[in-house]
Amino acid sequence: MKRISTPISEDVIRGLKVGDEILLNGRVVLSRDIGHKFMVEKKPDWLKPLLHEAVIYHCGPVVAHHEDGHWSFVSAGPTTSIREEPYQADVLETYTVRGVIGKGGMGRKTSDALGKVGACYLHATGGAGALLAERVKRVVDVKMLEEFGSPEAFWIIEVEDFPLVVTMDSHGGSLHEDVAQSSLARAKELMASK
Amino acid sequence: MTACSMPNLTSLGTVESRSVLPKDWKADLSDLAGLDLTQPVLELIRRTTSRLPQDVIEAVVANRNLEAEGSRAANTLDTMLENITLADDHVSPLCQDTGTIIFWVRHPFGLSQRRAKEQIRKAVAEATAKSWLRPNCVESLSGRNPGNNMDPFLEGHPVIHFEEREEPGIEISIMLKGGGCENVGAQYRLPEASLGAGRDLGGVRKCILDAVTKAQGQGCSPGILGVAIGGDRVTGYERSKEVILRKLGTPNPDPKLDAFERRLTEEINTLGIGPMGYGGRTTVLGVLVSEMFRHPASFFVSVSYMCWSSRRMDLVLEPSGSVAYR
Repeated sequence: MKRISTPISEDVIRGLKVGDEILLNGRVVLSRDIGHKFMVEKKPDWLKPLLHEAVIYHCGPVVAHHEDGHWSFVSAGPTTSIREEPYQADVLETYTVRGVIGKGGMGRKTSDALGKVGACYLHATGGAGALLAERVKRVVDVKMLEEFGSPEAFWIIEVEDFPLVVTMDSHGGSLHEDVAQSSLARAKELMASK
Repeated sequence: MTACSMPNLTSLGTVESRSVLPKDWKADLSDLAGLDLTQPVLELIRRTTSRLPQDVIEAVVANRNLEAEGSRAANTLDTMLENITLADDHVSPLCQDTGTIIFWVRHPFGLSQRRAKEQIRKAVAEATAKSWLRPNCVESLSGRNPGNNMDPFLEGHPVIHFEEREEPGIEISIMLKGGGCENVGAQYRLPEASLGAGRDLGGVRKCILDAVTKAQGQGCSPGILGVAIGGDRVTGYERSKEVILRKLGTPNPDPKLDAFERRLTEEINTLGIGPMGYGGRTTVLGVLVSEMFRHPASFFVSVSYMCWSSRRMDLVLEPSGSVAYR
């Protein structure tokens, strides 16, 4: 398993291919539906240094706010990524994001942007909310918390050995497409027998 | 190949010590009108969100040991097992999607279903306020979230099924079913020409193979498939969920369907979809099938997909007053 740290250079990304398992270290910014719409429509400058060569995570976490004011993550698994398909390519290009973490894979438009920008789609284990929250070492900051609400806010976190699988790479490869094709062929074989 | 062993979970004593139910709490089933189910149901929710049933954990371990060491599939199942251990240890939600909350209440004559429903709804609202459950019930068109998991109008959520029965005890089953897996369920009407599926068990088999292939890893595989053969469109889907309450590894009471379940499980695990759809052997942990009667003109096959984090549990109140969580 490869360890990768942010900021991630384009060279590192180009060296990754579908099926690679990685452990991510460094800065991750959480964003889902409202956040993606906001990034595309408003393109705020203050997000640029946060996202540059960093990673976006499609996740609406369960968080705890402690008495001394600091935050921690209780459960933080991936949510289904395809909802961000209309926005993701634009976000990748505007902010030079090197990775998108989520679940279920994304479409052609995102795949093309991964190739153009030099980025990967990184799949997290669905349902592993407790483990993934454990790998969040620090909640650095949160933006737009009041405006968007906790599940939709931009949580800026530091992760340590966050386990991920590259399922879409910067060379047009998609593990989702490969597995779908081979499993469909096998299903047809099975259906042909009684 | 290094075999992985069962995760080391907290002892039953530790689980008991964290209970929200007072130690001396007894169910007085001689006074069904005065019975308050709120606290025992709250405890049922607490246990279900953070600890998977033993049979599900055993199935994950057994399948993990059939995957090639060092493969993505083995590593992903290891991640799932580590998550199971952590959630249990921290009493934190296994998954941030605590799902649609479904109850089945089996009770003797004399229990007021209206009052039981109020008590169960109160327990769900309290569990939501304690962050054991995520507020997962929103108004369909506006998306507005009341924040307490309550459907205020039709009382459609939480889902509560009641059945009066002869036995004196009360049994309440709960299932927490996440949105990702609910989205990949499917219903077929036989004959289904596009699959070449006729009105027989061979046709049912083709529907199941089609459903699981279309689902890929989207339902958080390895899944557990609940299948109802027959019924109408509503009762078929209902049964396809209820059948998932059956423990994995227990035989189907119908020998014909038992053999069918085993065969399907083996066949599906040659599709190569694997954990989370990354490829690999383990696509399902089990297939559970139930046959119903049907209208002569209709032949439905209803398939519900349960994610690997199959959170379900039974609360049993005995006439003796004892309370058990199984």
